[in-house]
Amino acid sequence: MNATKVKTDHLTAYYGEKPAVIDVSLEFPEHAVSAIIGPSGCGKSTLIRCLNRLHETGLRTRVEGHVFLDSEDIYQLDPVRVRRRIGMVFQKPNPFVTMSIYNNVSAALRFNGRPSREETDRQVVRSLQQAALWDEVKDRVDAPAVSLSGGQQQRLCIARALTAEPEVLLMDEPCSALDPIATAKIEDLIKKLKEEYTVIIVTHNMQQAARVADYTAFMYIGKLIEFGPTEDLFERPKESLTEAYITGRFG
Amino acid sequence: MTFDRYARRKLLSHIIAVLTGLCVLAVLYPLASIVYEAFVNGGAVLFQVGSLTSVQPPPCSTLSCKTVGIGPAIQGTLIVVGLAAGISVPVGVLAAIFASEYRAWGLGRAISFTADVLTGVPSIIMGAFIYGYFVIYYPQIALSFYTGALALSALMIPIIVRTTEEALHVVPNSVREAAMALGISKWKATLRIVLVASLPGVATGVLLAVMRAAGEAAPLLFTLGYSTLWFQGLDHPGANLPLLIFLGALSGYPNLVKLAWGATLFLLILILIVNVISRFAIHRMQVRMGGV
Repeated sequence: MNATKVKTDHLTAYYGEKPAVIDVSLEFPEHAVSAIIGPSGCGKSTLIRCLNRLHETGLRTRVEGHVFLDSEDIYQLDPVRVRRRIGMVFQKPNPFVTMSIYNNVSAALRFNGRPSREETDRQVVRSLQQAALWDEVKDRVDAPAVSLSGGQQQRLCIARALTAEPEVLLMDEPCSALDPIATAKIEDLIKKLKEEYTVIIVTHNMQQAARVADYTAFMYIGKLIEFGPTEDLFERPKESLTEAYITGRFG
Repeated sequence: MTFDRYARRKLLSHIIAVLTGLCVLAVLYPLASIVYEAFVNGGAVLFQVGSLTSVQPPPCSTLSCKTVGIGPAIQGTLIVVGLAAGISVPVGVLAAIFASEYRAWGLGRAISFTADVLTGVPSIIMGAFIYGYFVIYYPQIALSFYTGALALSALMIPIIVRTTEEALHVVPNSVREAAMALGISKWKATLRIVLVASLPGVATGVLLAVMRAAGEAAPLLFTLGYSTLWFQGLDHPGANLPLLIFLGALSGYPNLVKLAWGATLFLLILILIVNVISRFAIHRMQVRMGGV
């Protein structure tokens, strides 16, 4: 197991008075893909939204416990800085509709600093290549982002997140709005991304977790039930609840 | 039996259709008659040589009197409304941003509520209030473009706040989250991403407010005052179209009444043009943004 990149320590997250994530302690290894699976409403999305401090931006939300990035407690840092180090891709592609492809991908650079045109160009090409979108858009980077297909938009969002040069990439069901071909492309991409980034992906699709993840966590009603290497979790689950879920007896 | 019921339904359907049609006519009739009357009575004035460039004529009691001169009123209206927009657009848009984007602070609702209440305040009260304040503390500019613009902006701000708020609510939350997740600071994300995405809505609100202000006479009665001259300076009273209509129509002098008709037609055309151009521009903007 690689060194730990992100660690949650007795993390509990509330919506109002209702906890959605209950006392979760987890260690996500560096340069690996970790998946979080579980039935709808089990708190998996809330959990990763705590990892870049997005959960607390909602109304009447609250987080208890700690999240460490390397050895720093991110709840002691400026959330804006945290989010530059921990990028995120959402369930539905959410490109900035008013912007071109180029401006979407370069948004993090343009809004967070004053990069030179050459620097921005270089980074945009790099991000688009990493997101396996460059070949499809290289002739029309000034076209509106919304002119892309759903799958392309999601890869655009991945490229946009990568431009910020994060250390960790969070993905909240990134393929749930996509067709099988687009999904396959994103999955290939996720496997490549772990060479440079630590990837944490939420998915409701167990097959997807089995295909892309090195480690898998299973959550149920806010609690972490089991976490371990994906193979072990799917073939030799320690908990009967995990076994019941992966064999399709509920969920 | 069944035929009777069918016939009755059909009859009822026809009656409803006729009634709704009559209601449409009732709505269209005043508009059509205003436009018609304005063209018939004001057309001659508006297209008279010198009408747009000369000062308002003195009152004159015979029909043969020369009627020219709505130029100063047009100029005054453009200046006072422009000034009022200069005040109310930034204030209204920023207040709406605060109310919509910084809700957690609790003040947002107070702003929306205040804007709602202010929208219902009769516009003459805005004018009287501003006048009352200035006549006590700064009497030398109580009747000036400054107070006129303040009174109009008091009218415009609530409109701009409400429409901007609505426009911001239409921007999906996923856009805010996308910006936040990139580590873009809140104010930059709000001004340069969320506000930009809501621009068509904001522009609609601003234009609504501008058109409303351009046609208002009541708040200007006590503030801009009235003048028949070209612009004399921001600290002087000024001419404007709605007051020219009001005072001209009431004056009883045939040449001033005719002038009021000319001003009416000009105001109608101005509002029509602004409306058409803005709708076109907003539509283009939406298309470019992929919103439509």
